[in-house]
This record gives sequence, structure tokens and C-alpha cells, in this order.
Amino acid sequence: MDGQGHRLIRRTGVHRAGRIAWVVAGAIPVLFLAVFFLAPVSNLVLRGFHDDGVWSLAGFTEVFSAPRTWRILWFTLSTATLATLLCVLLGLPVAYLLYRCRFPGRGVLRAIVAVPFVLPTVVVAVAFGSLFNPGALLGFLQLKESYPAILLALCFFNVAVVVRTTGSVWARLDPRLGQAAQVLGASPVRTLLTVTLPALGPAIAAGASLVFLFCSTAFGIIMVLGGVKYSTIETEIWYQTTQLLDLRAAAALSITQLVIVSSTLLVSNALERRTQQSLRLHVDDSGEHPLSPTRDWFALTITGLVVVLLLVLPIANLVLRSLRRDGRWSLQNYANLATTGSRGTLTVPVWQAVWNSAWTASAACAIAVTLGVLVSLVASRRPRTSAGRRGLTALEGAFLLPLGVSAVTVGFGYLITLNRPPLDLRSSLVLIPIAQALVALPLVVRSLLPALRAIDPRQLEAARALGSNSWQVLRRIELPHLIRGLGLAIGFALATSLGEFGATSFLSRPENPTLPVVIYRLFGRPGADNYGMALAASALLACLTAIVMAAAEYARPKGVATW
Amino acid sequence: MSTSRLCRLVTAFAASAALVACSQPANSSTPPTDPGPSSSTTLTVVTHDSFAMSEELKARFAAESGLDVTYVAPGDGGALVNQLVLTKDAPLGDVVYGIDNSFSSRAVQEGVIAEYDSAALPPSASQFTTEALTPIDFGDVCVNADLQWFEDNGIPVPTTLDDLVEPQYKDLFVVTNPASSSPGLSFLLATIATFGEDGYLDYWDGLVDNGVSVVRGWSDAYYTEFSGADGEGPRPLVVSYATSPAYTVTEDGSRSTTVALLGTCFRQVEYAGVIEGAQNEQGAQQFIDFLLSEDVQSGIPEAMFMYPVTDVALPQEWVDFAPLSDHALTLDPAATSANRSTWIKAWTAKVIG
Repeated sequence: MDGQGHRLIRRTGVHRAGRIAWVVAGAIPVLFLAVFFLAPVSNLVLRGFHDDGVWSLAGFTEVFSAPRTWRILWFTLSTATLATLLCVLLGLPVAYLLYRCRFPGRGVLRAIVAVPFVLPTVVVAVAFGSLFNPGALLGFLQLKESYPAILLALCFFNVAVVVRTTGSVWARLDPRLGQAAQVLGASPVRTLLTVTLPALGPAIAAGASLVFLFCSTAFGIIMVLGGVKYSTIETEIWYQTTQLLDLRAAAALSITQLVIVSSTLLVSNALERRTQQSLRLHVDDSGEHPLSPTRDWFALTITGLVVVLLLVLPIANLVLRSLRRDGRWSLQNYANLATTGSRGTLTVPVWQAVWNSAWTASAACAIAVTLGVLVSLVASRRPRTSAGRRGLTALEGAFLLPLGVSAVTVGFGYLITLNRPPLDLRSSLVLIPIAQALVALPLVVRSLLPALRAIDPRQLEAARALGSNSWQVLRRIELPHLIRGLGLAIGFALATSLGEFGATSFLSRPENPTLPVVIYRLFGRPGADNYGMALAASALLACLTAIVMAAAEYARPKGVATW
Repeated sequence: MSTSRLCRLVTAFAASAALVACSQPANSSTPPTDPGPSSSTTLTVVTHDSFAMSEELKARFAAESGLDVTYVAPGDGGALVNQLVLTKDAPLGDVVYGIDNSFSSRAVQEGVIAEYDSAALPPSASQFTTEALTPIDFGDVCVNADLQWFEDNGIPVPTTLDDLVEPQYKDLFVVTNPASSSPGLSFLLATIATFGEDGYLDYWDGLVDNGVSVVRGWSDAYYTEFSGADGEGPRPLVVSYATSPAYTVTEDGSRSTTVALLGTCFRQVEYAGVIEGAQNEQGAQQFIDFLLSEDVQSGIPEAMFMYPVTDVALPQEWVDFAPLSDHALTLDPAATSANRSTWIKAWTAKVIG
């Protein structure tokens, strides 16, 4: 009796210490988010509503009485919707082929499909430009600065998201359901429509809502390919803030975008959760079958078209163009990367920028992964109280917010927030990896969390029932699962940071530019040398990102429905 | 549940916002004591992103002044001034270069520039002086024409802004967006200087009816749309600089294949200034003097495609093929600063919709 009581007290003490440890683990990333994101952003947005000592919502009235705003809103939402539809239509056959059929070279093909998602927008813009500009390979289509070119570029980026989210679920969909339907006389098409697609529904919807999120906040693509005709909310915030310093209008637009993004995130999260829950119902039996050209011709054709025309052509064209000079094949553009461009376009040689990018991205990756691990561990707790569960959901959601706030708002927020000791960081280079880590963090969390949530709760309960304490459970069960997702998370963090342009262009100094900043500058300056170097540097950056992402794909956790 | 989550997100956001609002330190109103110009061993130079100066010159300034110099380039000319205004309470640096005459008055009115009258500025440059700021370089933004194209098509080269709305010049002209490009803004100002605030929008109506094309940035207009740069673009008239013809000289160096229409030019002046509240006012003043030194001034044409304000030798091609307009258009800087946004918004509504 005495001994038992003693043990009980000890266990309660351990329990309490454990809970404090979790609170601390959660507080570190929350503090980071508060200081480097929430405070700067709300500081700037609030300025828009606080003019000359008076609070006012005049920004909203002003912005929403302009027909231009409504046109921008309509363009943003309709383009994002259309691009999302296209991505789903094109992505589903690809997901089927890459995750349901077995054939040699499938791994390579999966990597090819995965890479565009993390390619820097600057590179994609240069690539699409060098495809559609007058005189270029597809110049005759006259698609320069056209609506179709924007849609194609958005699909180029995001088709992988649909392929990923639905593919990983499709791979483990119990094949017996479909087989049963066919035995009962249903045609393959009917089986697809009445059995397979409904089962995939939540996964498709989760992927689609992510695509919608990425498309509705597109910035670089619209800036470069949109010409003067097309603006999204994001580019309008940039314009109102940097060019007109109309903080009232920018604030009203930022709030509008935040509402759109939060609602999309809510839908996406709810759907993702349903996917994870419903997955447990399926057996882990592989539903793969060998590829059969007669049966899978449709998926095969669509995948071929998507891979060759949409994904490979722009990048292959970019690489080929980078190898040409004055109508001849030449490595001159690459040799020029050791220079600073014609007429001192750059302050440092491009190789120096590669080095800057490498260390910044590594630092950003370290920050993002450390915080991401903490967030994921805390968010994957399974508290008994509903308040606890809601708290964790809010935590998870908060770290996705940086996806929906314009880099300009964050950058200008830094200017007016981190401006006094001890945090006068405005001209500090430390801000660059910090800002990049903020952008990468949502992707890191999305890579790690599913791996933790995929742990069968019965396994955890069994371990506890057999006497393991929380630390042992963490060490022996949860951490090994987490580590399986780590490769993918690191890959995403590195690739995203390597390509980050919006916030970096604000924070980098002329003598420490990163590769995307250098490409943007080279591309905007006259001269064949500069254009050639922009192409070569873009090809190089694409190549770096592709290597990182291919390695991450290879390390992707098997049997977990990551996105 | 989903509504409560949304509430939670919004609440969290609002709470941290409130936190920030409350933690804003009240403006301390200590009476200004004047201990003379501040000084320090470091100097932060804030410029627009087109600023270029050779490493040798940067090293020389650092050696001569004994200062540890940091260069920051937070954006184009517009973004630069707006960031200075936004960070008035805690300045971004000590000295700024790259404020042009469409923003100068705004910067001064907002109180972000401290008065400095450089002794290094020669009397000949007095035509450019403006309150508090020091002129460093200037140039003309003019319509450029592809001479070969007009010769081939037997159409006379236009000379005035009015010519550009004539039917014979239909679909020939490309301009840049004044909202995103500085030559574009200069050209818009040229039309306002010519036709007045009441007339410029009607003129633009005429340009639109005559098929004017608007692109985002200068390099896009000049290198992709204009036929005179490499002969590939479709349009023989473009908004560019008075100096552009110096870069389209034939191989034998006898003539330029393009010409700037000197009746359409708008004068652009770029200034430097000491930032109000600088940690190192002395260093800032030294830097402005350095920008006016002969070596920096004579490097400006090559580095930034602008004319130096002091009397230094110009590149020979500039002398031969890139004359300045002797009747360049100008506008009152104060009126420009006050109305810039309104004009751009009205233009956008009219031309882009």
C-alpha cells in the first residue's frame, strides 16, 4: 500500500514535469513566431488602421470602393480556382501512374515531378520567359504576358502537390474494394467514379486546397509573367506598400488575404486530418500492379504530356539556352559566372552568391528544422481535454500563417519593429536565414507531423501499459518515426531557402546577395552577357535545388501519407 | 469546431498585435541639444538598387575616411524613399543616395533629410540644387526612335509628343508602366508638364487609341519590344534615355542607329542627403563630398548611365551621339511629390483599367 502510493506520487511528478517540458518545447517556436512574424506583421498592419493618433477603418472603405480592387480580387480567386482545377485534373492520372503502377524508372519520374514545386520562382519566371518571349522556342504562340502562360506556370509549380497528397494515399488504398466492385460487374470507369475517387476524396480536397493556397498567394510568377495587366492581392500589397506607401490600403488588403488564407487553411487542415484518420482503416497491403499499356493508356498519355510538355520542356529549354551564345554552343555563360557581369551589374561574382546562398540556406534549414521538430512533437500530443486539442490545432495553424502573408509586409514590418536594441537587426544578415526559415517552417511541419500522426495510438498505449514512461515512449517510438520524416523536411527546408526571393531581396546587402537576388538583377539589366549569365545562374540554381529535392524524395518515409 | 479555430487564430493574431501596439515606446520629447554633428567609426550608406561604384573607389573612401562603411540597397528609388519615411524614428543609415526629383520634396517634407550644403558642389551645378539635398547626377528621359525602321518605311521620324498620337504612328510606340518603372514615371511627368493636369489624361486617351503598348520595366521595353536595340522587337519608338543612342553606334563609329527625340525629354536629377538622426553625420557629409569628387563623378556615366553634375570629361560616344535636351521638361518638385500617387492612380485607371 505504502509502496504503491509512493509510486503513484512519483508518476504524477513525472507527469507534471513532462507537461512542463512540453509547454517549454512549445513556447520556443511560439516565441520565435511572435518576435519574427506576428509582431512585425501586426505592427505594420495596425499602422494602416492607426493614422495620426486616430483609429480608422477608412482603408477598407477606400480600397473596396475602387473597382480595381474588385477586379484584382476576382482575378486572384478565379485564377487560383482555375489553376487548382487544372492541377487536380492533370495530377490525378499522374498520381495513379506513379503510385499505383510498378515500372522501371518510376523513382526517377517521381523525382522529376517533385522538383518543380521547390524551384525558385525567379528561375521559373526566367524559364517561362525564355520559352514564350518573341523569337523563343514557343514565341509563335504569342503567349508572352498572357493569361494561359500564368496558368501554365502555376500548374508547373503545383501539380506535384496534387500528385503527392493523393498518390501517397492511393498507393495504400485497399485494392480489394475495387476488385469487389469489378467482380460485381462494374466497369473500370464506374469503379473509378463510385469507389476509388470517393475514397480518395479527402486527399484530393486536401491537395486541392493547398494548391489553391499557393496559387492565390502567388507573387513572383505574376510579377514577372503578369506584365502590367494582371495583379493579384499579393502583388497589389507589394505595390501599395513599396511604391505608394499607402499603408491603409495595404493593411486592408493584407487582412483580406489573411481571411482567404485562414479559411483555406482551415479547410485543408480539416481534410488532411480526415485523410489521416481514414487511412487507419485501410490494410497496409500494397495495391500496386505492373504497368499495363493497354489498361493504363489514359494515365500513361496524360503523365507523358504533363511530364514532357509542362514540367521538362521549360527547364530543358532553359538549360539549352544557357549553353548557347551568339547562335553557337558555348560554355561562355557559365565561365562568366566568375565575373560580375557587364558594366559592374553585380557587386560580387556569381560564385560568391552561390556560397552566400549555401550558408544562408543551411542556417535557415537548421532553424526551420529545429523549430519544426519542436512544433511537430508538441502538435502531435493527444491531450484528453478538448481545450487542449483546440490549443494544439491553433498552434499548428499559426505556423502555417507565414504562407499567407506577403513577404513585403514581413520585410517592412521588420523595419519598424526590430529597430531598437536589443533587437536592432534591420541591417543584420541574421534576418535573412530567419526570414527564410519562416517561409520553410510550414513545409517542414507538414513533412514531420504526418509521420508522427501515423503512429498507431494503440502502440503508444501498449507501451505505456507495459510501464514505459513518456520519455521512453518519446525516445523509442516517436523519435524514430520523426527521424523517418526528417530527410524530407530537411530537403524542403533547404530547397525553399535556396530559392526564397521575396524576403531575401529586402534584407540582403549589395555585397552579400544570394543566388536568386543575383539572377533577378542580371535578368533586369541590359546586355547579352548579363542575360546569358542569368540563364546560366538559373540553370545552376535549378540544378542545386533538384539535387537537394531528389535526395529528399529518396529519404521520403515509406508508408506515410505526407504531402 | 472550425469556426472556433478561426476565432482562435484571429484572437492570437489580434492579441499579439495589441501587444505590439502597447509596447510602442512613446515618442520621448527630450529637448534637442545641439552638440554639433554626430560622428562614429562606422557609416551606413543607403542607396537605390541601381547604385554602382567600383570596388577601388569604395576602398579609397574607406581608407581616406578611416570609416567602416556598409552599403545597403533596400529597393528601387520609390521603395527607398518610402522606407526612409517609414523608419524615421530609427533611421536605416547615415547617408542616402538615389532620391530623384519626383521624390525629393516628399523626403524633405517628411523630415527624413538633415540639411547639408556641400562645399564640394561647384557653382555650375546650382541649377539642380534643392532644399537640404545635394545633386549628384542627372539625365533626360526621352522617346527614342529606330532611325533604320523609319527610313525603311518612308515615314518621317516624329519630333514632339503631339506627333505620337498621329495615325501614321499607330502601333509603333512602347512605354513602361509609371507605377513600376522610373523612366515610365518620367515620361508620365513629361506629358503632365506638356499638357497640364487637366489635359494629360486626354493625351493618354489618344496614345491608347493609337495603340501604345505598356510594359512593366525598361529592359523589357528597350530590349524586347523596341526594334532599335538588337533589331528584333516590333516597335520603333520607345521611352528610354537621352544617352541610349550612345550604345547603338554602328561598328565603324560613324553614326548611331537610334536617336533621342529631344522635344520629348523630362529631366531627372538624383540627389544624396544626410539622413535625419544619423549616428555619423560627419561621415555622411564626407561621403556626399566624396560623391562629388572628380574620380567618382567621371565614373558615373559608365557606372550608372547618368550625367555627372560637376564639370568632368564625358565619354566620347556621349559627346557625339547623346546630347542632352536644351529644353528638357520639368515640374515643380513640391507639386510632383504631392500629386505623384494621384497621377499614377489616375493613369492606371485610364490606361490599364
